[in-house]
Amino acid sequence: MNNTIEKVILLNGGKELQEQTSKALSAFEGKRSEVIPMLQAVQNEIGYLPEEAIREIADLIGMPESKVYGTATFYSQFYFSPRGERTVKVCLGTACHVRGGMLVMEALEREMGIKSGETTEDFKFSLERVNCVGSCALAPVVMVDDDVFGRVESKEAKEVLKQSDPEV
Amino acid sequence: MTQKFDQIEKEAREAWEKSENSNTPHIYIGCATCGNATGAQSVVKTIKNKLDEKNIDAVVKEVGCIGMCFAEVLVDVIKPGHPRISYHGVTPETAEEIVESYLVNDDHRPDLALGYFGEGGPDDVEHIESGDVFKNQRRVILKNCGIIDPENINEYIVHGGYRGLAEIIGRKQEEIIDILKDSGLRGRGGAGFPTGRKWESCLRPQADQKYVICNADEGDPGAFMDRSVLEGDPHSVIEGMIIAGYAIGSSKGYFYVRAEYPLAIKRLRKAIEQAKEKNLLGDNILGSDFSFDLEIFQGAGAFVCGESTALVMSIEGNRGWPKPLPRPRTTEEGLWGKPTLLNNVKTFSVVPQILSNGADWFKDIGTEGSPGTAVFALTGKIKRSGLIEVPMGIELGKIIREIGGGILDDKKFKAVQTGGPSGGCLPEDKLDLAVDFDTLVKAGSMMGSGGMVVIDESTCMVDVARYFLDFTFEESCGQCVPCRQGTQQMLEVLNDICEGRGREGDIEHLLELGDSIIKGSICGLGQTAPNPVLSTVQYFRDEYEAHIKDKACPALVCKNLIIFQIDEEKCSACGRCRKACPVEAISGEKKVPHKIDQSKCTKCGICFSECPERFSAVERLTGKEKLAAVSGKEG
Repeated sequence: MNNTIEKVILLNGGKELQEQTSKALSAFEGKRSEVIPMLQAVQNEIGYLPEEAIREIADLIGMPESKVYGTATFYSQFYFSPRGERTVKVCLGTACHVRGGMLVMEALEREMGIKSGETTEDFKFSLERVNCVGSCALAPVVMVDDDVFGRVESKEAKEVLKQSDPEV
Repeated sequence: MTQKFDQIEKEAREAWEKSENSNTPHIYIGCATCGNATGAQSVVKTIKNKLDEKNIDAVVKEVGCIGMCFAEVLVDVIKPGHPRISYHGVTPETAEEIVESYLVNDDHRPDLALGYFGEGGPDDVEHIESGDVFKNQRRVILKNCGIIDPENINEYIVHGGYRGLAEIIGRKQEEIIDILKDSGLRGRGGAGFPTGRKWESCLRPQADQKYVICNADEGDPGAFMDRSVLEGDPHSVIEGMIIAGYAIGSSKGYFYVRAEYPLAIKRLRKAIEQAKEKNLLGDNILGSDFSFDLEIFQGAGAFVCGESTALVMSIEGNRGWPKPLPRPRTTEEGLWGKPTLLNNVKTFSVVPQILSNGADWFKDIGTEGSPGTAVFALTGKIKRSGLIEVPMGIELGKIIREIGGGILDDKKFKAVQTGGPSGGCLPEDKLDLAVDFDTLVKAGSMMGSGGMVVIDESTCMVDVARYFLDFTFEESCGQCVPCRQGTQQMLEVLNDICEGRGREGDIEHLLELGDSIIKGSICGLGQTAPNPVLSTVQYFRDEYEAHIKDKACPALVCKNLIIFQIDEEKCSACGRCRKACPVEAISGEKKVPHKIDQSKCTKCGICFSECPERFSAVERLTGKEKLAAVSGKEG
């Protein structure tokens, strides 16, 4: 946990975080219906939703922070802690599932030393499952940010990570 | 109105003909998400570089998905005076070869070609339209996908686009709705509600504002039909929405698109701009007093938002919570409390064609109760995965055998899953069923929005049921108890069964829970969540019983019920499995048969796939007795 906090400060610094938030929210009027687009804009800018940003959105719209959290936590797209530089997404759509996607996920968890949904200590990678990236013919599929790896076998987990970051 | 449109069409045709009839080759590259995933963008780059290098003047276009995902990357080449030849599995290397051989010289490279479209192709290349993949298809909704450049409105117009809109402006709203009612079109989102009736119930209420919403929140895991339509033919959906706006008296529409579909969103944005420039969208469309505007709303990842009332809540800035009954229909009180028409991507995209070709044309396709076509994402253990469009009423088996080419690696067919987490699995003896809305429901599955996942003998049906329940449990909005708690209870029972803790009575328990969830849940998610379990119990009860009574997983999938063992007689001590094992559970040395330490083994299966086929020494065992025998030997 401490590591996370340090890293946030390292990455952004308090002030920078505020500037980024303001920048992301500058185009909005503060209407209630803008909550989700606002959350998306902040996350696009910062990579996750820090407390400060939720507070600012709540202020801007004039609704309690708890309500903004209530909406944000409902949707799987939003993150509340910093993410790794790259995100490894293991597709577990139906086609990938029947072609052994879960074994690939387990292999990646083993290689990275984290569980699905977590981020490595050095903030290089986050690992998550996604439901169908729509490349079912290539199942099982792993995406590292926008790079797609198709027909991945569990023994190739290390190779996927290596190709994404030579230092692994 | 048509006069003004005639001018637009003329201009589009001129621009198009100028490019088409120029004496230059045309190259089309499938650049939808699936194509890009296979490396289409590097093929585009290579081709452009090669053309520059060879000083060849050619038109290079990025098109949408033609549906043959198994053959990506697809590159189509039209040389002046020749038909369109399609090349499959193209890599940057073979792309260079194609340019060199076919464009520089005159060798059309039959070895790299998949086939040709149209007439008069070379003898040594297959005619695609009469081949197995296409001859059983009827492309209506997908007719432009992979054919036209989705980022160029002129191409859509030249292919008959926006003519439907031009012809209805000025006509009575009721007339338009009557055509739709007469056509028998049913919503393509899965439930199959008659579209004309829905539009009618949205026309009736008097209101100062009404809304049209396109549901593009395709969340079914294993389905990508809507994405392909948006990426490959965005204008068809936009045109359908504008027509809907006119027909119900609305001036504002929303696209609710999954945020996971960035390319679809980009192409929609561009298409909206282009339609506005041509006065087909925006204020006073085609000089009439009808105005309509479109906005894109990006969903944030919640499967339940495919449900209409939840989707509306989400646009309003709330949690996507469905509204419980009794409540007014969305067509009466929807977005911001105003009458709202909500249809699926494919429903909107087919409307313009129905209006320009007439209701009879549409009724001629498909069956009496389900006219038209069905689009499926055909995936799983099938040879030719892809996006297909078939006339309703086609035999299920025909899709799998002929269009899909049969089961991958020639294994044995076990089941086909349709309807995603709301649907069910049908066994082999149901393959003669006709595909339409009503027949599939009667058999315990459903059309759904179009996922069709083929399952073979190496897939465990209990595990498949667990997979879907895990999905619906995660995606349950948590509002009503039957769905929130019920799916959790079902999931726990399924986990027990898969992990070897199954007990007598578990199957009955699942059926009882399923029944209560269906009866008690407030929305479609809960009401259909038990379907994958109920249908697998109905058709594959023996697999459940094997798990429970014999602690055996016949498909050798459920980890707790299988062990990996090396057959000493067969093992040649090559050491590959030992080196590959991620947890160092395998011991052995040169000339000494290897052995798996069961206490360390995580059952990842790597040794099994690593062992060379000529030895096949790693075996998987299941069942109480066999497992006891192995642990007995060790103990």
